[in-house]
Amino acid sequence: MEIKIVRKVLDVNAKMAEQNRKLFGDKGVFVLNVMSSPGAGKTETLVKTLVRIMPDIKSAVIVGDICTSHDADRLAQSGVPVVQINTEPFGGDCHLAAHVIEKAALDLDLDAIDLLIVENVGNLVCPAEFDIGEDCRIVVLSVAEGEDKPVKYPLMFRECAATLLNKTDLLPHLDYDLEAALNYIHQVHPDMPVFQISARTEEGFDPWIAWLQKMIDKKSK
Amino acid sequence: MHEMGIATEVIEIAEASIPEEMHDAKVECVNINIGRLAAVVPESLRFCFNILIENTRLAGAKLHIREIPVKAYCKDCKHEWIIDAPVFTCTQCDSGALDILSGRELDISSIEIAD
Repeated sequence: MEIKIVRKVLDVNAKMAEQNRKLFGDKGVFVLNVMSSPGAGKTETLVKTLVRIMPDIKSAVIVGDICTSHDADRLAQSGVPVVQINTEPFGGDCHLAAHVIEKAALDLDLDAIDLLIVENVGNLVCPAEFDIGEDCRIVVLSVAEGEDKPVKYPLMFRECAATLLNKTDLLPHLDYDLEAALNYIHQVHPDMPVFQISARTEEGFDPWIAWLQKMIDKKSK
Repeated sequence: MHEMGIATEVIEIAEASIPEEMHDAKVECVNINIGRLAAVVPESLRFCFNILIENTRLAGAKLHIREIPVKAYCKDCKHEWIIDAPVFTCTQCDSGALDILSGRELDISSIEIAD
């Protein structure tokens, strides 16, 4: 006998994500989910971004790492409230799920912030699969990773609203085919904005920050 | 990569779906749909499922996975097609204005209980 069920396996996460979205919506907080592979430069990009947008945009960060508080320590130096999530002391979850964000948000004064940045676990696969209640997702891709990451991890690049192509200061030292990389990104996500930046030199930051500001304004209207 | 967690969810949902009056029933099969764009590897999921069901009410059940293709619809020329490679532009008019009709599924569709 067959018993019909028809239920999403990630139903529990989806419901929790909707609750988060409502909470953040009620508080007027724009939530940005930042994803990338390990070492693409999420933390450095965020540190430099936060320094530029403060104090105009009151921000906080939730940072997920499998282990250590190194990223949280670096982010805290920029003066914003930071909540660190270690998924497991010796290597655990490959992504942040909605319930983890709900718990971490309890440690933040949501009335005092306009922007909540979630720095996800470094991984181009799993984080793309889990809704955490964010308004917008972006992916940081570094030129040191090779040109074809978008076609190797298409879901990530489909799901994100923009790519920050980082470490462009390294381009003179690499045999990197920038045009091929942009083609791969647009093959997977045709109209995706790509911001070429260097988190080290802060080159290219103005257009990225203008875009972020526009996204935040769109929500608050 | 998180197939163990997915398998746990599948088992929880399937166990909760066994009608109360059939609590001794033997579950023969759990049917699930996995879209090809979902970040789930069917073989890994089956491996985890088979280990986790021991000593549960699903012991001995098979996991039947139906893979769902990535189907796209072009908003410009109304063309509908199956995407096999990670190219998300219309195969007919090259437009990037697509709707993805299927391929993100991760659903339990049914359980089958021995008569």
